Amino acid sequence: MNVDIKAEDFTPRRHTYSNVARRYGEDRPASRYDEATYDLQATTNFHYRPLWAPEFEIFDTRRTAVVMEDWYAFDDPRQFYYATYNISRANMNAAADRAFEFVDQRDLMSRVEPGWLETVRHYLVPVRHFEWAADLNSLRITDYGYGTRVTSAAMFAAADRLGMAQLLTRIGLVLDGYDEAGLQTARTAWLEAPDWQGVRRLAEDTLVIDDWFETFVAQYLAADGMLHPLVYGVFDDAGLDHGATAVSMMCEFMVDWLKDNARWVDALVQVAAAESPENAELISGWYRTWRDRAVEAVSPLATTVLGDAGDSSVGTIKDALDARATGLGLEA
Amino acid sequence: MAKKIPLKRKYEMMTRGLAWDTTYQDMDDVYPYDKFEGIKIHDWDAWEDPFRLTQDAYWKYQAEKERKLYAVIDSFAQNNGQLGLSDARYLGALKLFLTGVSPLEYQAHRHFAHLARNIRGTGAQVAAQMQSIDELRHAQTQIHAISHYNKYFDGLHDFTHMHDRVWYLSVPKSFFDDAVSAGPFEFFTAISFSFEYVLTNLLFVPFMSGAAYNGDLATVTFGFSAQSDESRHMTLGLEVIKFLLEQDEANVPIIQHWIDKWFWRGHRLLSLVGMMMDYMLPKKIMSWKDAWEMYFEEQGGALFEDLARYGIRPPMHAEQANNEKHRISHEVWAIFYQYTHAAGFHTWDIDDEHKAWLSAEYPDTFDKYYRPRLDLWKQMAADGNRYYNMALPQLCQVCQIPMGFTEPDDPTTICFRSREYQGDRYHFCSDGCQYIFDHEPEKYIQAWLPVHQIFQGNCGGAEIPDVLNWYHLNLGVDNMAYEGSAEEKIWNDWMATRRVGAART
Repeated sequence: MNVDIKAEDFTPRRHTYSNVARRYGEDRPASRYDEATYDLQATTNFHYRPLWAPEFEIFDTRRTAVVMEDWYAFDDPRQFYYATYNISRANMNAAADRAFEFVDQRDLMSRVEPGWLETVRHYLVPVRHFEWAADLNSLRITDYGYGTRVTSAAMFAAADRLGMAQLLTRIGLVLDGYDEAGLQTARTAWLEAPDWQGVRRLAEDTLVIDDWFETFVAQYLAADGMLHPLVYGVFDDAGLDHGATAVSMMCEFMVDWLKDNARWVDALVQVAAAESPENAELISGWYRTWRDRAVEAVSPLATTVLGDAGDSSVGTIKDALDARATGLGLEA
Repeated sequence: MAKKIPLKRKYEMMTRGLAWDTTYQDMDDVYPYDKFEGIKIHDWDAWEDPFRLTQDAYWKYQAEKERKLYAVIDSFAQNNGQLGLSDARYLGALKLFLTGVSPLEYQAHRHFAHLARNIRGTGAQVAAQMQSIDELRHAQTQIHAISHYNKYFDGLHDFTHMHDRVWYLSVPKSFFDDAVSAGPFEFFTAISFSFEYVLTNLLFVPFMSGAAYNGDLATVTFGFSAQSDESRHMTLGLEVIKFLLEQDEANVPIIQHWIDKWFWRGHRLLSLVGMMMDYMLPKKIMSWKDAWEMYFEEQGGALFEDLARYGIRPPMHAEQANNEKHRISHEVWAIFYQYTHAAGFHTWDIDDEHKAWLSAEYPDTFDKYYRPRLDLWKQMAADGNRYYNMALPQLCQVCQIPMGFTEPDDPTTICFRSREYQGDRYHFCSDGCQYIFDHEPEKYIQAWLPVHQIFQGNCGGAEIPDVLNWYHLNLGVDNMAYEGSAEEKIWNDWMATRRVGAART
């Protein structure tokens, strides 16, 4: 039997906002993602040029050399708008909280071999500074990027980076029995240890890139593409032989995040590269430059942690990254 | 055992502890924009975090709020919540909000990201980042909350297109363009302090209270949900100003000028809200005059007494603004009544009950100056000659409102001010707007003035229908008098069905 509740019928006069209907080519019910991300940014009739950059309009397509006929051609496969984004991350974070609790209750930290624990402190905790730079780069994309389809996702990525920098701070405290001296040691490593200087220099150099799309490629494809799989994949795997299950559990957020975020990164690169051979060439050039920089930057760290196996691990990650880039329409 | 780290210290590790002074790149190249305004900062460590919210707590807290908010929005749509409105005239306030304010929330999102990237004090950066994502929330949730109304009512359908083009929307747009095109510390003073801290109870709150009073469950639920965000933004506004004032005495005159400028900029923008409160809400919250007295004269007065110890005095044209509280809502309504054929919302003739309320709220001015005009217009409409002003108005070069405000000492004379600059003459509605122009003429001569643009042929054509078409306003649907509109008809039909239904039971 059907239960058939009768409700008063109200015929809508339209189904969505006109800007969305124009993009659909018809007036039909729209997704919340589309209503929340299409055409929000002002595009014309700006009143004043920025005092701090009078050569540009407040929002200006010329902030990148990438040329798009329509800057709303991009799609976030995750369809994130503010609510869905926060709910997704709240869930991931709840899982992280449970992992921390589990590590604490089972005293899993005591199973980590002391020598390896030193290694983890050295390779993992300084990454919080790398994440801070990634946060700044994401804010740069949010600021200079063109079109809400790009910038709204970049804003969420910025929050992700801050969140991961803070999660790594929390991990740093756990690794040192809640003594903040460990964070200080990691900071000194970031600032001074020879095997970290490549990554720090890379991070600082990305902070002064003018073209926001280049910032995006340098950070999200090249730097993340090399460092994250190394730290959270290869180093983490190596730790399993040293009783470091606790570290894997506490880093799971980052592993999940990388997969999730890569969907957005790949979609953006793919669409921009497919737009024109000029875009593809430009983005490929940025990719090769920053990939080489990232390979060079992470290699000393890989050697510290993995010894002679370091270089081949970096090579494997690089090959995988090149394959991914090629799949996105770039020339690796 | 885990050692206990004090919350304040822990928050510092989670924020300031992340940053470092760059050495491979010069700090001035990494942060190129935070010195040119002349603001001197000696010690960013003296920054007091106005709130301590780590990202994980933010996700958790905001996700919870979003779940509740969207449950209400869904239920509102499913149950045709629009039927619970006090009257379809209320929609005017919502149209003004979606086309005029929501795009500013979005713009605030983008520019707080700019601040978060470009201020070299990490505590302030993180606070700005939190506000940036909050503002994105406000823009996106407002669009979703109002989406259902757009399905049944007019004038909401193309709000971003309109915001970039329609004549009166250049008032809020130019206001925010002014702030984002300034340096980072002026933006902080303009938006975090003057706007969010000093004036928010006169902008955001009246719209949300108006929604509450008039049965707009979707919007008011958003308003309640945004309260905790807004209070963070307010505390940031106060912290920024105190921090800048404490850092160096040389900052005081710079900030005083920004306060003077942005107070008046804000006051002019708020005249649109004054009109909304006094004329467009079927059920009134309070009069603009009462709101001004409570939120600016009393609360703002106490604030400026507190800031006196830094050498800050009340905003330069505060007295004029206080003086205008008896007038501006009436003057602005008169503008929109005359030009409603070019607006994205309706206006209407004021009934006797409403006039009695206005008379009681404005005993010194309403009966004397404004009632006769409303009476005349109502009579003209009754005679089949509803008044529309077909001449395009002169706009103020700074606030971009048509020149309809009056002389400080004479509410019957239109106030005109003008200046010659580089061989051209520019016009202003007030001493306050002229003062702003005089300090930065090279900025304000750039203004995209809608009326000038129409005359220059940049707005779709020479005739009003051409311009409306270019605005994406549907002639005879989105605009003109409420009386006889499609919106009135739909509303009356719905209400008639309900009265019949009620009579039967």
